Amino acid sequence: MTALVTLQNVTKSYVRGKQKVEVLHGVDLQIASGEFLALMGPSGSGKTTTLNLIAGLDQPTSGEVVVGNDRIDKLSRSALADWRARNIGFIFQFYNLLPVLTADANVEVPLLLTNLSRAQRKQRVKTVMELVGLSDRGSHKPNELSGGQQQRVAIARAIVADPTLLVCDEPTGDLDRQNAEEIMNLLKALNRSQGKTIVMVTHDPRAAEYASRELHLDKGKLATEEVRHVA
Amino acid sequence: MKYFPLIWAGLWRKRTRTIFTMLSIVVAFLLFGLLQGINQGFSTVLRDLNVDRLYVSAKTNMTDGLPIAYATRIKAVPGVRALSHWTYFGGYFQDSHNPLPAFATDPEQLFQVYREIKVKPEYIAAMKKTRTGVLISDTLAKKYHWKIGDRIPVGTSIWTNKEGSNTWFFDVVGTMDLSATGGGFPGFYINHSFFQEAAAFGNGVVHYYLVGLNDPKQATQVAKTIDAMFANSSNETRTQTESELAQMQLKQLGDINFIVNAIVGAVLFTLLFLTANTMMQSVRERTSELAVLKTLGFSDAKVLVLVLVEALLLCLFAAFAGLALASLVFPVLKPIFGNFRMPMIVVSMGAGMALLLAFISGFPPAWRAKRLNIVDALAGR
Amino acid sequence: MKTFRQVGAVTMMNLRSLPQRFGTSLVIVIGIGGVVAVLVSVLAMSTGMIRTMENSGRDDRVIVLRNGSAGENGSSIPRDSARLILDSPGVKRDAEGKPIGSGDTLRLLNVYRQEDGAEVSISLRGVGPKVLIVRPEMKIVKGRMFNPAVNELIVGKAASKQFKGVAIGDKVTTRGATWTVVGEFTTSGDSHESELMADAETVMASDHRISYQSVIVMLESPAAYQKFKDALSSNPALAVDVNHERDYYKRQSATIGKVISVIAYVVGGIMAVGAIFGALNTMYSAVSARLMEIATLRAIGFGSTAMVVSVLVEALVLSFIGGAVGALLAWLFFNGHVVSSSTGGVASGHLIFELAVTPALILIGIIWACAIGLLGGLFPAIRAARLPVATALRAV
Repeated sequence: MTALVTLQNVTKSYVRGKQKVEVLHGVDLQIASGEFLALMGPSGSGKTTTLNLIAGLDQPTSGEVVVGNDRIDKLSRSALADWRARNIGFIFQFYNLLPVLTADANVEVPLLLTNLSRAQRKQRVKTVMELVGLSDRGSHKPNELSGGQQQRVAIARAIVADPTLLVCDEPTGDLDRQNAEEIMNLLKALNRSQGKTIVMVTHDPRAAEYASRELHLDKGKLATEEVRHVA
Repeated sequence: MKYFPLIWAGLWRKRTRTIFTMLSIVVAFLLFGLLQGINQGFSTVLRDLNVDRLYVSAKTNMTDGLPIAYATRIKAVPGVRALSHWTYFGGYFQDSHNPLPAFATDPEQLFQVYREIKVKPEYIAAMKKTRTGVLISDTLAKKYHWKIGDRIPVGTSIWTNKEGSNTWFFDVVGTMDLSATGGGFPGFYINHSFFQEAAAFGNGVVHYYLVGLNDPKQATQVAKTIDAMFANSSNETRTQTESELAQMQLKQLGDINFIVNAIVGAVLFTLLFLTANTMMQSVRERTSELAVLKTLGFSDAKVLVLVLVEALLLCLFAAFAGLALASLVFPVLKPIFGNFRMPMIVVSMGAGMALLLAFISGFPPAWRAKRLNIVDALAGR
Repeated sequence: MKTFRQVGAVTMMNLRSLPQRFGTSLVIVIGIGGVVAVLVSVLAMSTGMIRTMENSGRDDRVIVLRNGSAGENGSSIPRDSARLILDSPGVKRDAEGKPIGSGDTLRLLNVYRQEDGAEVSISLRGVGPKVLIVRPEMKIVKGRMFNPAVNELIVGKAASKQFKGVAIGDKVTTRGATWTVVGEFTTSGDSHESELMADAETVMASDHRISYQSVIVMLESPAAYQKFKDALSSNPALAVDVNHERDYYKRQSATIGKVISVIAYVVGGIMAVGAIFGALNTMYSAVSARLMEIATLRAIGFGSTAMVVSVLVEALVLSFIGGAVGALLAWLFFNGHVVSSSTGGVASGHLIFELAVTPALILIGIIWACAIGLLGGLFPAIRAARLPVATALRAV
C-alpha cells in the first residue's frame, strides 16, 4: 500500500492558562492513497487535533507527520500555508463559506492562490459546481442557500484546486438525515470515481458507514481498529 | 488585481458601518481640503504676486506718509520704469460705516505700474482733463449703480476741504476692470493734484509710492538704493516688494498656518480613532472567515496585506471624495480670494494623509489577523 | 408609569453593559470631544477679543469723535472744538472746577512681535494731563508716569509682553521724535494695554499735527449722558458724534468678532457632521451587537418607547462625556492664551487679548455635543424599536 499519510509517534499538548494539557499521547497511523478513512471517538479524544495535524493546520509537539513526500511537521508557517493551498481541501461542519461572496466566488477563492488565468479559474469553478450539482445556484450568496446546498458549495471549493487529500470535520454535523445522505454519497462518489483520499472526523455512525475504514481514538491514543470494505 | 473582488466584498460586509465610516472620512477630508486649500492658496497668491513692483512707505508707519517731493528722486533711481503714488482718502458714500476704497493718485503713471489693469485710454485722458474726475472699478459701479457722468458726493471725517466742508464731489469719468488683481485692490481713484489743491491740510503727503521696475531681478537692489537715499532723513523710507507687503499684512491676521494645522490635526486624530475602531471591529467579526482563508492556504502575510489593502481602499476612496467636494466649493470663494482652484499640493497632501490614516488604523487589526491561530480561531477561542 | 419603569430598566441595562463596549463607546467620546474642543477654542478667540474690547469702557465715560468717523483713527477734532466739548454741561469737574477729560491723539507705529517676528502696527495714544483721573482704572505698575513736554512714553502691560523693543529703557522711534519708555501701565485688561501712551501735546508738537483724534470725557453721572449729547448736537460750531464708551468699543470689535464666530461655527459644523456619522456608526454597532438582547426584551414585552429611549440615553451619556472632555481640553490648553491680532480696517492698531473659555462657551459646547449624540442615536434607536422580533431571534 502506498501510504499517503504517515503519523509517527505524534504527541500534541497545549498550554491552557497555567496548565499543560496533553491531547495526543504518541499516535501512529498510516493512510493509503485512495482510502476513505473515518476517525471516530468521544469528545476530547483528540480526533479533531489529529485531523488538524494531517491537514497542516497545526504542528505536533513531537513526532513526524508525512503527507505525500512532505515532512509537514518541519515546515514554517508560511511554507505550510503554501503547502495547504496545493495539497489540502478542507470541509467544515458549519460550511465556513464567506458570506459576502457568491457561491461561485467562494469556490474560486482557492484558485486565487494559483497562477491560473481568469478564464481558467472560471472554467474550473464551472466544472466542480456541475460535479456537486449546483450549476444553477452559482450566483447565490450563502444566506440564500440551504444547509445541504452550502455544504455542497464547500465541497466544490475543497476540490476545485485538485488537492491530494480531502479533510472533513463533521461534514454532516449540521444537516438533517436526507441532506446528510446526499453529502455522504457525494463524498463517496469523489472517493470512488475520482480516487480522492478522504479523512473524515465524525461521531455519526451512519456517516462512518460510507468510509472504507474506521479508526477510533480515545484519550489521545488510537484504540481498536475496524476495517470495512464496501463493495 | 485578482484579489480585488475578495477585498472589496470584505469592505461591504456591514454596509451601514462602512458607509458611515466612509462618510466620516469624506467630511474630514472636505474640511482638510478647504482649510489646507485656503492656507496653500494664500501662499500661492503670495508667490504669484508681481515681483516687478515695489512699495515705498514711511519707515515709522505707513500712516506717517512721505513728502510728494520724493517723487522726482525715486523716479531717477536706475531700474525704475514707472512711478505712481497712493494717498489714502477713505471717505464713504451715504453710510459712514461703509468706507470707500478711495485713493488719490497720478492716474497716468498708475496704469504704467499696474499694467494688468484694463482701462480705456480715453478714461485716463478724461481724468487728466477733469480735475474732479474719478475712476471706479466695475464692481463698485455695479454695487452703487454709478455711471459715467454721475456726480458722486463723498463724505469724509478726515479731509476737510478748503471750503470747510466734509463732503467732496467727484465726477465719474471712467471704469476699470480689476479682475486681474487680488480681492481688496483699491477701486476708487481721484486726482492727486485736485486733492492737493482742495484739502485744507495734510496735502503734499503720499502714503505709498508705487514703483514699476524694468527688471524683476533688480528688485532687491532698487529697494536698497531707495531706502539708502532717504536714510537718516526726517522721513525715512521702507521699500518692500508686493509679496513682502502681502505677507506682512497676512501675518498680522495672526498665525493662520498654526490654527489651520491645529484644527486639521484635531480632526485627523479623532478620525484616526474612528477608522481604527471600525477596522478592528470588522476584523474581530471576521475571525472565522480569516481563519478559513488561512486554512485554504492564504499565508499570514497575505492575510495581513488583505486587511491593510481593505483599510487603504476605504480611506483613499473616501478621502478623494472629500477632496473632490472641497474643490467644488472653491469657485464659491472666488470673490474673497480671487482666482482660486484646489492646489495640486493639497491633493497630494490629502493622499498622503489618507495613506497614513489607512496605515495607522489598519495596521493593528491587520497584525491581529496575521497572528490569528487557525485552530483556535476555528474553535471559537 | 409602566413605560417609565421599562425605560429605566432597559436604560440601566444598557449603561451597565457599556464597559464591555468600551472601544466603540470611546469613538463617540473622542469624536465629539474633538468637535467640541475645536468649536470652543475658536469661539474663545472671538469671545476673548470682544471681552477685551467690552471691558474697555465705563458707563460714565464718553468718547467724542468727528461726525461720520468709523473709529478714532478716522476722526479729526480741532483744538477749539475740543475746548468746547470739554466745557459742555454734563462733564464732571475736579476740585478746582476744571473738566475731567482728555483730548487724545493717535499715531500708528511699527513694532515686531516677540513670538514670530511679524511686523505689526500698534497705537501710540497721546493723552491729556488728567489721564489718570479720566481713566481711574489705569495704574502705573512699573517705572513711572511720563513727564510732559519730554519725549517719554509708557507701555501697556500686554504690549510690553507681546512686542520687542518696548520695555522700560528702550527707545521708540516715531516720525517726529525718539521716545524713551519710562513705565508700564495696566487698565484692567482692556484694549488700552495693547497701546503706548505719551503726552498729547508733546506728540502733536513732534510732527506738527494740530488736531486730536478724539475727546474722552468723564460725565457727572451716567444719567448726564443725554444732557451732554444734546448740548453738543445743538452747538453749530461742532460736528461730532457722541458715543458711550462701551458702545464704541463693542462696535469696533463687532465685525471681526462676527467673522471669527462664523468660522468657528462653519468649521465646527462640518466637524459635527463627521461626528454624527461616527456616532451613527457606534450606536448602530451597539444595537447590532445586542440584537439578541433587544429581541428577547421585545419578546418579553418591553415596548418600543423603552428601546428608543434607552438607546438615546446611551448616546446622550456618551456625547455628554465627550462634550465635557472636549470643553475641558479647550479650557486647559487655550484659556488665558494670549493672542495678538489686528481688529481689521485699514489703519487700526493691533489688539492683544486672551482667549476666554467662558462657562457660556462650555455650555454651548456641551449642547452641541448632545445634539450630535441625539442625531447620531436617532436612527439606531428607531431600528432597535422596529426590529422584527421573530427574525432577530431566529437569525441569532
